[in-house]
Amino acid sequence: MALKASELSIGDKHEEVVVDNLSRTQLVMYAGASGDYNPLHTDGVFTKEVAGYPSVFAHGMLSMGMTGRMLTNYVGDGRLTKYGVRFTSQVWPGDTLTAQAEVTGLREEDGQQLVDLTVTTVNQDGTAVVKGHATARIDP
Amino acid sequence: MADRTFPVEGSHILMFARSVNDGNPIYADADYAKTTEPGKIIAPPTFAQSVAQFDPDYFLRPRVDEPWFGSGKEATGVESPAGGGSGGGGLHAEQEFTYHRHLSPGDVLTVTTKPGKSWEKQGRRGGLLKFSESITEYRDQNGELVVTARGVGVQTQKVVEQE
Repeated sequence: MALKASELSIGDKHEEVVVDNLSRTQLVMYAGASGDYNPLHTDGVFTKEVAGYPSVFAHGMLSMGMTGRMLTNYVGDGRLTKYGVRFTSQVWPGDTLTAQAEVTGLREEDGQQLVDLTVTTVNQDGTAVVKGHATARIDP
Repeated sequence: MADRTFPVEGSHILMFARSVNDGNPIYADADYAKTTEPGKIIAPPTFAQSVAQFDPDYFLRPRVDEPWFGSGKEATGVESPAGGGSGGGGLHAEQEFTYHRHLSPGDVLTVTTKPGKSWEKQGRRGGLLKFSESITEYRDQNGELVVTARGVGVQTQKVVEQE
């Protein structure tokens, strides 16, 4: 269901756990679907011995994609007009990510009601892994 | 980068939605999708990035019958894998999508990428950081701009230190 401007206030929040105990298999699924086969995300031997990281880690775009689920569940299907993030910390197998949107603006542009949101996804330690913003069309 | 042709297909959207842990049936079930506001299957918001599948020169996909820098018998299949902890591709620093409309199966996109700004910054955990921006435009079969993507990649001087 679409959000309604008449029912929204600055500071309103929506939060979802978007992955619980992230598996290495999920990283393989993302590599296969997205086409990003960088071994940093699926090849533990390469990642430890050549790249020097403690283990494989998630594609930034996987964190953005999982965070997007929270957004579309909140604003409704096909309603996003903008979605951008910065990747602020790496995401590792075993992580549990909670994504949150907060209403920062309600406005009208060319007769269309819009909501502006800040987007933050944190891991189980409260460290932000994704920070961003989104805008969506809403009903009056 | 040369223009790429990106045919948007339902099975790719289904696999992509699963891969981002999103069980919303609008990405998989055409009958359900008819009951929604878009009225048809659409793609998840970050799906456009999977145009990588249709880039013939994409360097993060093994090529047929060519050595690959990931592990096989040895920890890497090439003599000089790129250093800096990046695995050769750098790391992804930022990404933004602007949606003019949402993608659906049957769309055939022409995708154009142009370089944007580049800059450097001294990082706290990764040494000297070299950022470069790219702007990618996705146009549909009618020539309409449907998605604009802005990506920022970063090459780190060393492996990013863990907190």
